[in-house]
Amino acid sequence: MTDSDTTLRSVIIWICEGTWRATVDAALSLAPAPARFTVLHVTSPTAADTARGAYLGLLGRGGRDPGARFDEVAAEAAADLVAAAARRLGRPCERLEIQDHSERAVVAASAHADLLIVARDGDRSRLGPKSLGRATRFVVDHAACPVLLVWPDAAPDVGTMPPPPHHPHLDGR
Amino acid sequence: MVSRGMDTIRACVCVGSRWTSSRLSELLVSRLGLLPKPLPWPFLVCEPSSRMFCAGPSMSLVGVPLPEAVAAVPAAVILIAAGAIPASDAGTEARRLGPVIGFLIAILVLAHLCDDDGLFRACGAWLARSSDGRPRRLLALVFVAAAVTTAVLSLDTTVVLLTPVVFATAARLEVRSRPHVYACTHLANSASLLLPVSNLTNLLAFAASGLAFGRFAALMAMPWLAVIATEYVVFGRFFASDLGTAPRPPPDRGAEQAALPVFTVVVVALTLAGFVVASAAGVSPAWAALAGAAVLAGRALARRRATPLSLLRAADLPFGLFVLGLGVVVQAVVANGLGRALAPLLPSGTSLLALLAIAALAAALANVCNNLPAVLVLLPLTAASGSGAVLAMLLGVNIGPNLTYTGSLATLLWRRTLRRHGEVPDLGEFTRLGLLTVPAGLVLAVLALWVGLRALGG
Repeated sequence: MTDSDTTLRSVIIWICEGTWRATVDAALSLAPAPARFTVLHVTSPTAADTARGAYLGLLGRGGRDPGARFDEVAAEAAADLVAAAARRLGRPCERLEIQDHSERAVVAASAHADLLIVARDGDRSRLGPKSLGRATRFVVDHAACPVLLVWPDAAPDVGTMPPPPHHPHLDGR
Repeated sequence: MVSRGMDTIRACVCVGSRWTSSRLSELLVSRLGLLPKPLPWPFLVCEPSSRMFCAGPSMSLVGVPLPEAVAAVPAAVILIAAGAIPASDAGTEARRLGPVIGFLIAILVLAHLCDDDGLFRACGAWLARSSDGRPRRLLALVFVAAAVTTAVLSLDTTVVLLTPVVFATAARLEVRSRPHVYACTHLANSASLLLPVSNLTNLLAFAASGLAFGRFAALMAMPWLAVIATEYVVFGRFFASDLGTAPRPPPDRGAEQAALPVFTVVVVALTLAGFVVASAAGVSPAWAALAGAAVLAGRALARRRATPLSLLRAADLPFGLFVLGLGVVVQAVVANGLGRALAPLLPSGTSLLALLAIAALAAALANVCNNLPAVLVLLPLTAASGSGAVLAMLLGVNIGPNLTYTGSLATLLWRRTLRRHGEVPDLGEFTRLGLLTVPAGLVLAVLALWVGLRALGG
């Protein structure tokens, strides 16, 4: 953490497919204007590994391992996404692309940041713990830096909040 | 930055053009014979430190993959020489497998030519256009594409040719790719029930079962639909959050305007009709596959889009040799005790319970040793109980592999053994998804088969 007010705050914007616009917009409206921004994207190896696994099951039939093509497409898509986020941000920023299991990579990359901006990636129809998917749940639980958690779209109505837990001994009073 | 464990390379960071890593990979492969796969960008190699790596069951030494036949054929020769299987029996087995392998080669070439003609590019464009950027609609369309591709052009085609297209389409639409990629790999197995050509296991069983092509399809249609429906329901819930992202209209950037190759589609449709007609007329449907492949190959050669060499490569003759070798090895193992050990475990008859037991045993065996040897082992044992038992066995060996990441523990261990310290794939998610889909799909498919056997007569 930087504690001097004269130092630029470092803000990491974690962008994911489908929800990245909300995190960039939050950075523009809520992060301190002279901050040092980093656009972070993590490519999980799961998809390519799944394809490799299926190919291995063919015992060499079909001739070519689709995993290599996957790596190529994934690198290209990640670069496009980071570029689009940087364009939307419209300010100088660092670009960071990592290939790893997303949740751990994000926690590690943001360890010394002053702010990490994350979009919810679970059930977006109601307020509640399910609005965090596995990856964001892990990041929110483990982050070593302050986290700004945003809804990817308009937040659900506050009426969708679950009812208070039922306590018979309290209700009886 | 973070560095990922690489098999043979000490990696360092160098952010340059995104093409740098693939260029470097090419360079290393061509100059040094190193490196199994493109380096994950943005890493560059500093110091290649060893020359041995693996690419799954095909061993790769200094960059040249060795076909599986390198192991299976000498093993078969040794077993014959040692007297574990009489040469005449091995000859009979080879003559039995020959036409099946010919059929497989025709299908492999047909699929390869479909790809050359842009069929899968057109499929990607169709997926992007029709899904309108909506993740759930895309999943439904991927299910249709993967189920049809697997049924008509075999599971190999779905794994090798369709899955990368689906992945690229999801990336272009900014849709999370996991559900769609998993859908392809799962349906490559579970949607390979419908036709004899959908899976090599089916081709082997089809030759032994004595069923006509149309009858095979009629009996397997209900199980095929049942298992696809099961997968679809489970996927919808399992990936709810990935599928719940807000739809974005498909971006124009990079949108592919690939036209459907009408001629190719018509040839494939006629080939499919040819299977049914030939089989009904008592002719091997392999001839229809050969005719279809010949038409597309002739056209591609005339238009100089294919060369005899590229067709030969697509035919994958070493794999045919591998199947021959494997058939002989398995027969030797069955004759020397495995057959006697398994026979009491297999119930006879085609009662619902018997079919369930056969399917479960077949699924278990496929998960231990891959479904190809599993079907070779179980085929002679189930064929005695009639075509119903053979089809139940196929349900097990085709749906079962979705439980393990590489289709079998043997392949997984083989891969692990050869990899010294590569990254470990996320087996947890794959296995959870398998546990949710495989038992349910298997039970419903067997039930559907049992109903079909009652309705159409076993």
